[in-house]
Amino acid sequence: MTGELPGPAPEERPHPSGRRNKQGIRIDPQAEAEPEVRREVLSALVDHEPGVLAEVSGLFARRQFNIESLTVGPTAAEGLARMTIVVEETDPGVEQVKRQLRKLVPVHAVRELDAATERELALIKVGDDDPAGVAAVAEMYGGEAVEAGPEVVTVELTGTEAEIDAAVEAFERFGVREVARTGTAALAGGTEFTAYDDTTTDD
Amino acid sequence: MSESEPERTTEREAETLPTGASSVVTALEDAGVTAAFGVQGGAIMPIYDALYQSDIHHVTMAHEQGAAHAADAYGAVTGEPGVCLATSGPGATNLVTGIADADMDSEPMLALTGQVATDMVGNDAFQEADTTGITRPVTKSSYFASDPDTVGDTVGEAFALARDGRQGPTLVDLPKDVSNAEDVARPGPAEGPETHVVPDEADAEEVSRAAHALADAERPAILAGGGVIKGEATDELRQFAIDHGIPVITTMPGVGAFDETHDLAMEMAGMHGTGYANMAITHCDVLLGVGTRFDDRLTGGVDTFAPEAEVIHVDIDASEISKNVHADYPLVGDASTVLRQLDDALPRAPDAEGWRDQCRHWKEEYPMDYDAPEDEPLKPQFVVEAFDEATDADAIVTTGVGQHQMWAVQYWTFTEPRTWISSHGLGTMGYGLPAAIGAKVAAPDQEVVCFDGDGSFLMTVQGLSVAVRENLDLTVCVLNNEAVGMVRQWQDAFFEGRRMASEYPWGPDFATLAEAFGAEGFTLDDYDDVADTIAAARDYDGPSVIDCHIDPREDVYPMVASGGANGRFALQEEHL
Ligand SMILES: Cc1ncc(C[n+]2csc(CCOP(=O)(O)OP(=O)(O)O)c2C)c(N)n1
Ligand SMILES: [Mg+2]
Repeated sequence: MTGELPGPAPEERPHPSGRRNKQGIRIDPQAEAEPEVRREVLSALVDHEPGVLAEVSGLFARRQFNIESLTVGPTAAEGLARMTIVVEETDPGVEQVKRQLRKLVPVHAVRELDAATERELALIKVGDDDPAGVAAVAEMYGGEAVEAGPEVVTVELTGTEAEIDAAVEAFERFGVREVARTGTAALAGGTEFTAYDDTTTDD
Repeated sequence: MSESEPERTTEREAETLPTGASSVVTALEDAGVTAAFGVQGGAIMPIYDALYQSDIHHVTMAHEQGAAHAADAYGAVTGEPGVCLATSGPGATNLVTGIADADMDSEPMLALTGQVATDMVGNDAFQEADTTGITRPVTKSSYFASDPDTVGDTVGEAFALARDGRQGPTLVDLPKDVSNAEDVARPGPAEGPETHVVPDEADAEEVSRAAHALADAERPAILAGGGVIKGEATDELRQFAIDHGIPVITTMPGVGAFDETHDLAMEMAGMHGTGYANMAITHCDVLLGVGTRFDDRLTGGVDTFAPEAEVIHVDIDASEISKNVHADYPLVGDASTVLRQLDDALPRAPDAEGWRDQCRHWKEEYPMDYDAPEDEPLKPQFVVEAFDEATDADAIVTTGVGQHQMWAVQYWTFTEPRTWISSHGLGTMGYGLPAAIGAKVAAPDQEVVCFDGDGSFLMTVQGLSVAVRENLDLTVCVLNNEAVGMVRQWQDAFFEGRRMASEYPWGPDFATLAEAFGAEGFTLDDYDDVADTIAAARDYDGPSVIDCHIDPREDVYPMVASGGANGRFALQEEHL
């Protein structure tokens, strides 16, 4: 091969000592720390039309964002649906998710919810060997048996993600056959509107 | 904005149009479209039938990939969306490479695809493909037109979306029944979707902080990306750099944003950037990036990218901020507006005399020199320079992808925006010839030169039939190294010289091939003939092809290994 160019070789050149981390942030090599992953609840107001769910989930898949859950349903406004997305990402990751979501044409607003009301619904099907025990645990978690068939009882309960996790664990001793969970739905706390976009100031 | 937003009201005249297809064509005409590139086929026939009545100049392409690249280049040259058309199924899937290319390079482009009738969609009907599904990840938005009364509005919206803000491709899928529907409403003016908010001014406080950081810099540098050109901010950027004495580095799509003959021009940085650009970007202490996504071919490994620089990032797309490189001063807005804001807010020019001297010194230390011994085969660099000398400053250069592309960008001296038209982000072999076609249709009064590789040329060579049919006066210079040379170079450097599937034991005679298509063919393999052959090819009134046999051993340097440090660029293979 040919094509050599004149000039000092790499080791003959001055090199700066600074460095950046994987997120492209300049770091102090002495105090290097990877950003921590946090759980964030995002709420997005989107057009209620075919293809939007595919567009949003495609974005998550392609950019390798970690989603814990994604729920979608109609709102009080005709033509608009709300998506509640729980992500587990670093700080820069959460910011990227929000910005990429905002860019999608069917997305009207994206908001990170701090003091939100969060709920998830779960259906838990357990064995019926101990109906009184099942009823007691269900009551403890604010749930109720919605179907009692031969050999099984289906309990319905709502709560935060952590409460449902705890309930499922508590039901283990009766033999959990199957669980169906909706994923988290959330609204901003108090009088705040969940639908506000927290980056645009013109609304 | 609450959940109950008011409906957008559009005044609509009671006027109707004969068909959905005529509404589509009316929307294009109203948006100012004068040319389109495409290939006919069953599901798109109603649209073509409506085009029959239109003044829009339709360029019949030989392959849909070429239609997309031509539309992309048309958009790159004019700044307005280029339009391409294809039928459903294979027509649409053939467009996909070109759409993805436009997406990666933020080129404004509108693709219109035929689709099977609405009631057949999803049934695997003849020539059905899920076009919106396939193209969603590679477009700004992909629309499925379901209503004949709004199909023209949808086309207008897609056109405006492709053009406004950060540009990019959009697509409208047109089911046959929608196109054929009769008595449809006339479309209104082209308007982007209401959710597409285009920022203009950046936050004033952030601008002020950034301006002070820049004023305090000892080693300031500007990194001009493709967004400078697409945002029509070339004048502002040049003025800003020159007024305040700040050296300018460009990305590959940013080539043309700054005059490469200027004292402050450091030219292109990154994998095959100049040594001096890579030194400057590595040692600067404040880096003003404008309209760039800090692509990995530019940054090399981010750990070593501009490791001591505070980054000011100007971009119209908020999602680019801190995506690849952290922005210490994020300035979301229109490039020309924000540059004017920065100029107003700058308390004083940075005191950078010593730094400018250092940059000048690097230019001398790492010159883009090459040997061209008379007794060896032609050097591609020499041919590129000879072409550059022969042509005017506004000549447009297009390329394929590979070594020839890098020699073209390195050894052509670009002084004007929108003259360097290449496949940057996707790196699509075969881009060159259809892009030259699109560029020539867009700018018939400018000379168009395509530097192609022998491998790249073969991927879209059928476009020659189009160039001949349309009598497009363009010149293709195939830098023929009888290999997919860039792959061969990597094999030599990183795979111990195992040249698997990279050398062509036999290749076509491109001059004869050109003549078979009705173009003029030339063969060039001697230094003594370079000037004359270039003159003859340029003189020929119509498309001409020079099969230029170059030294197959020639490699592209400087080179930063993938993921490596820009400051450790190799000047020869031994440095890698
Ligand atoms: C469509 C496509 N396929 C494969 C590649 C991988 N590739 C990158 S450069 C290159 C070599 C191209 O050969 P040629 O066009 O002759 O250019 P040269 O490097 O020889 O100048 C190849 C195969 C690509 N970029 N695009
Ligand atoms: Mg080649």
